[in-house]
Amino acid sequence: MASHAVSTTLRHHFASDEQQKDAATIGMWVFLVTEIMFFGGLFLAYFAYRQAYPAAFASASNKTNLWLGAANTTVLICSSLTMALAVHAASMGKKTLLVLFLIMTLLLGGAFLGVKAYEYHDKWVHHEIPGQHFECEGCEDAGHAPLFFSLYFAMTGLHATHMLIGFVILVILIVQAARGKFTEKWYTPIEMFGLYWHFVDIVWIFLFPLLYLIDRSHTGLK
Amino acid sequence: MITASPPVKETKNYLNHERGIKSWLLTGDHKRIAILYLISVTLFFALGGVFASLIRLELSTPAGDLLESNQYNKVFTMHGILMVFFFLIPSIPATLGNFLIPMMIGAKDLAFPKINLLSWYIYVVGGIFTLYVLLTGGVDTGWTFYTPFSTSYSNGYVIAAGLGIFINGFSSILTGLNFIVTIHRMRAPGLTWFRLPLFVWAHYATSAIMILGTPVVAVTLFLVVLERGFHIGFFDPAYGGDPVLFQHLFWFYSHPAVYIMILPSMGVISEVISTFSSKKPFGYTFIAFSSVAIAVFGFLVWGHHLFVAGQSIYAGLVFSILSYVVAIPSAIKVFNWAATMYKGKVRLETPMLYALGFIGLFTVGGLTGIFLSSLGMDVHLTDTYFVVAHFHYVMVGGALLGYLCGIHFWWPKIFGRMYSQVWSKVSAVLVFVGFNLTFFPQFLLGYMGMPRRYHVYPPEFQVFNVLSSAGASVLALGLILPAIYLTWSLKHGEIASENPWGATGLEWQTASPPIMENFEVTPVVTTEAYDYSTQQEVVHVG
Amino acid sequence: MSDHNEQHHIVPKSVYFAVFITLIAMTWVTAWVSTVDLGRLNIFVALSIAIFKASLVILFFMHVKYGTKLTKFTVLAGLYWLVLLLFIAMCDLWTRGWMGVPGR
Repeated sequence: MASHAVSTTLRHHFASDEQQKDAATIGMWVFLVTEIMFFGGLFLAYFAYRQAYPAAFASASNKTNLWLGAANTTVLICSSLTMALAVHAASMGKKTLLVLFLIMTLLLGGAFLGVKAYEYHDKWVHHEIPGQHFECEGCEDAGHAPLFFSLYFAMTGLHATHMLIGFVILVILIVQAARGKFTEKWYTPIEMFGLYWHFVDIVWIFLFPLLYLIDRSHTGLK
Repeated sequence: MITASPPVKETKNYLNHERGIKSWLLTGDHKRIAILYLISVTLFFALGGVFASLIRLELSTPAGDLLESNQYNKVFTMHGILMVFFFLIPSIPATLGNFLIPMMIGAKDLAFPKINLLSWYIYVVGGIFTLYVLLTGGVDTGWTFYTPFSTSYSNGYVIAAGLGIFINGFSSILTGLNFIVTIHRMRAPGLTWFRLPLFVWAHYATSAIMILGTPVVAVTLFLVVLERGFHIGFFDPAYGGDPVLFQHLFWFYSHPAVYIMILPSMGVISEVISTFSSKKPFGYTFIAFSSVAIAVFGFLVWGHHLFVAGQSIYAGLVFSILSYVVAIPSAIKVFNWAATMYKGKVRLETPMLYALGFIGLFTVGGLTGIFLSSLGMDVHLTDTYFVVAHFHYVMVGGALLGYLCGIHFWWPKIFGRMYSQVWSKVSAVLVFVGFNLTFFPQFLLGYMGMPRRYHVYPPEFQVFNVLSSAGASVLALGLILPAIYLTWSLKHGEIASENPWGATGLEWQTASPPIMENFEVTPVVTTEAYDYSTQQEVVHVG
Repeated sequence: MSDHNEQHHIVPKSVYFAVFITLIAMTWVTAWVSTVDLGRLNIFVALSIAIFKASLVILFFMHVKYGTKLTKFTVLAGLYWLVLLLFIAMCDLWTRGWMGVPGR
């Protein structure tokens, strides 16, 4: 990649590396905007029903495990850090460090999904999955509690789906990075995936307080 | 200038650059993908047209003799789904936009060719879902999928139909994404924003709506599918859900979606009016910014679909006022087109006939929209044929005529052949007359109180319904004709020159059909758009 | 396309770590503050902290602070439309009860 004029990573329809990278960045951000709106529909449903049935939402939310939620948020923020460091390593051209940080991101993401699976299982055991056998023990306004849990599963489920998609891409990137596909001149896929991963993190940053932290003052940290 | 003699030897262009079905299905070329889209949207349009014919046949008598009520529900639903999601929304952007935007801005391709091809495959997969629904028994919810009917009571294939539209949405998102990045980052040297053709401005605004609105309807249909599949209650009143919330989410996209349909048409009309008046568009900046304004204001008015749905009266008032505001940028365009023609050398070629038809019909459609956005008036007119007539004036009189206009305008560029000037003018007139005969009586029917979506009606409405059905036959004839003479022209049409209409714009400065990667050398732009002073002389065709 | 060079700005690692520590701290602050009864203020505090955290991620981890004007514009446009969707639809829900007549 020493010569500037002939770059092997430049696609035929772009005039320069600069233009190509710029296009990728904007394209990724435009895609993330569509993701914002995609989750936006769910957030609207959440706010609408939370304001309609505050008691049901508060008591149903208290059924979630605050400690697990907070711990999982921490795990996800750690994975965001390792992802940021991976991009940093890529920009410095440090291949081993890049692979290492990507693997750490993958492991932390896996830990997050593991905890999430445990929580889903917990909900299953306690019949807190909306449907025929739904019950919400000791809930106020229990008739409207299914709305909370429907949204809980839709939002966290969609978030987890995004993480699973991220997983697949991450594995591909790790293999490519290990084979030395990325250089300090060209690491666009790593950077673009970083944006995606941070976006998924941001969604969770909002899901955590909205789903886990409603009206905890009566029950306290338990 | 048209050369009458056949070409001595075949020149290399995007059509014959590579051959074989594989070279088409795996292409990255925006022009070929545009052709793929052209073929597929035409098929879906024909299918949607079949359902329209069934509707008009059924309604030519007051009794329900051709179709049962349940069948009729499925027929108008399929007509709506096919026409809205599989024809009108992709029609101009995915075909003409795909083909022309890189050429108009002097680029070799869209920014992401593979994503462009992917968007077509996604469209096909969404289409297959819809065809599956069609073949297995249809869906009867109306194209709007209103809950709780769609989630709890409908006996159609709601899940498959919802998934089809969900999937198809991503095709639209990817097209919009590609356009936005391309227009921002791929312009030729010297091509500043205010030198861009108005077609490009219109598509920029359209793309913004596609990427901002489509994800919302996607997630909404996703929730409908979940609720119908698992009965878990997102919108189900049995659980305290709010069906009006569904309507909010649905119309947040689906109202701006009508601007996805009409804005590209407006872009086409701006080009055509200017070309056939040989005059720079009057108020270029106003037309450009009115496109953006329509996209922005278009997102503030969705609640006018909910006036009688149980929405708060205060929200209704605000939505009503905001809906009037959208009329301003639309009217700006109409006035500017009229002013462009004033003292221009107007030539009544086929595309211009369509463009003039567009202006008239869109104005009627737009003005009746003002009636409907008036809160009090709408209470009387909601769910009557007045609404049906209004949106057909916008979608058919506007979007479809714009599409036909654009196809006729750029056909020589796309395929390098001219079509029959006589037949095309006949068809333009037939479409205009047939369209008005079909839909004007529906305004009267609606005003008299005939509700939409019923297959039987009182006998006193029959006269207008028969008129409407007769008009539909004329319209159908006007639409079948182009299919014949355009196909015929592919082999037998006169060879078109680079610039048969005497138009400005970069796309007319390269060969017809264009070469691979569009230009021999990347053009450098030094003048504003629509500079007719450099044009040698206006060539009359036909 | 004037501000190309900003794109290749390499953020020092110390910034990442500072942001990271703030994010972790704010996570536990928001968890703790939810157990304090602030009445209707609880949700505003929770959302403010979430918005603060998200802004940090967007500006530093996602490099928007060092990005082009177009990137910033895209992000703002996305957020603006999200607020539009949420706010306008909520306006309907907030005002439905005002008239005291069901369905109005």
